[in-house]
Amino acid sequence: MSKTKLALKTFDVESIRKDFPILKRRIFGKPLVYLDNSATAQKPQVVIDAMTDYYTNYNANVHRGIHKLSEEATHAYEEAHEKVAKFINGSFEEIIFTKGTTESLNLVAYSLGKALKPGDEVVITEMEHHSNIVPWQQVCKEKGAALKFIGIAEDGKLDWNSINSQITKKTKIVSLTHVSNVLGTINPIKEIGKVAHENNAIFIVDAAQSVPRMRVDVKDLDADFLAFSGHKMYGPTGIGVLYGKKNILQDMSPFLYGGDMIKEVKFHESRWNDLPWKFEAGTPNIEQGIGLGVAIDYINSIGIENIEEHERELTKHAMKVLEEVPLVTIYGPDAESRSSVVAFNFDNVHAHDVATILDREGIAVRAGHHCAMPLMSVLNIIASVRASFAIYNTKEEIDKLAASLATVRKVFKL
Amino acid sequence: MTEFKQPTVEEDVAGLDMIYREHILDHYKNPRNHGNIEHPDISFHDNNPLCGDEIKIEVKLDAQTHISDVKFTGRGCAISQCAASMLTEELKDKTLEEAKKITNQDIIGMLAIPISPVRMKCAILSLKVLEAGIYEYENKQKLQKVRITDS
Repeated sequence: MSKTKLALKTFDVESIRKDFPILKRRIFGKPLVYLDNSATAQKPQVVIDAMTDYYTNYNANVHRGIHKLSEEATHAYEEAHEKVAKFINGSFEEIIFTKGTTESLNLVAYSLGKALKPGDEVVITEMEHHSNIVPWQQVCKEKGAALKFIGIAEDGKLDWNSINSQITKKTKIVSLTHVSNVLGTINPIKEIGKVAHENNAIFIVDAAQSVPRMRVDVKDLDADFLAFSGHKMYGPTGIGVLYGKKNILQDMSPFLYGGDMIKEVKFHESRWNDLPWKFEAGTPNIEQGIGLGVAIDYINSIGIENIEEHERELTKHAMKVLEEVPLVTIYGPDAESRSSVVAFNFDNVHAHDVATILDREGIAVRAGHHCAMPLMSVLNIIASVRASFAIYNTKEEIDKLAASLATVRKVFKL
Repeated sequence: MTEFKQPTVEEDVAGLDMIYREHILDHYKNPRNHGNIEHPDISFHDNNPLCGDEIKIEVKLDAQTHISDVKFTGRGCAISQCAASMLTEELKDKTLEEAKKITNQDIIGMLAIPISPVRMKCAILSLKVLEAGIYEYENKQKLQKVRITDS
């Protein structure tokens, strides 16, 4: 059984880089510069090993067998829930494993959405990822509820006037992103949560971009629900988390029905299992759950505050050097108010072409609408290039990015 | 454990100078047949959800079968916009039947550059828009015929 205990070490990016085997890769003969961390982060060896260890030494289904292997697998899988609970300051019963943020948000939208009535309102923002737009759009359509949007001010932050005018007594649900996956804006979610609660609305946070890089405390934020993904925080894909306040989860109806989520099944009725299993129907992603637990151990061994500080330095540096590159437009707020995401465009060159050219230099960035098409329309663009940073990135890599933009000019003869 | 085999530079797809060749940049910067047609017979718009490339193609027909004019508008990467520009050049003076015979491979042939699997969607977006536009037009014609025979 995996008993990974990592000692807290001082922040040393060179030694951290050694933990990630993929960073040894070369792309088109050049060292990999991985700057697509908002899409997914790379995995440290300890996470990869933990998953191999499960399949090699104690693969079994959880919550079923009386045998030793099942006992070990169940223990490891449940322990992962405990690690997550501790990491975000929730309790074990409040941590539901899903396949990712998208499923977490769908779970809440489907389950809470059942209670919506015509005239009710759901409030989200213009900077949401599609996963926090489309479920609400569909639920509102079905129930005759209205979907309202908090607008974005010129500086790339949420507009406070809009927050105060959109959230009203009619509002039943407020769901918003902690950190924008395009603009990098860190939203004042604690304050917005207060406005939501003053209006008796349920307050949901999409924390996919924040949990991997800053201290997120569900009690401090007073979030009713909080969703995030394992793969953006150095864990495997296929595992995500939905945190929900115990008293709300108890009253909520399940999202998926089947095995493991029941206590008793008769021919015509069933009783639900205890939390959190009530919301985890079927055989779960055991290997990924265990992997996520070890990813959290890994983050803890470095220290989330150290990660936040390192990424803040990288972001400041990136903003500085990219602003100096001619023909580059950066979107979003100043370095102080943003997380480690920098989206930009290069004059008349489409983001895809910029990304292709950077790829040839070994630099991996995202190009496109970043699953935020409504935000793209607010910014009046169709796509952008996005560089996003993680614990293993260095200032030298960002300098390489800036230098490689000269190649774009050369290729496009600008 | 099997050792990951690092691909050599030669094994990788062609270099930048092979993709962003002179004719590609020329069509990107000076797109042919760019604009709109008044009262087009065929008009269709679509986008590529992956990257947000957009293309609208408008076609004017003579005698319902012969392409007399074609124009496009759009926003997107060099490959999607260049393919659209080249496609419109190719379409002039063709019949609808001839236009329907154009294949993805023909587009790759016109572009004359290596297209990676990810960029394939960019390359063939304009052809997909054209095909959908012709399909919609022909369905409308069929419906009209039905209506005429009905009355």
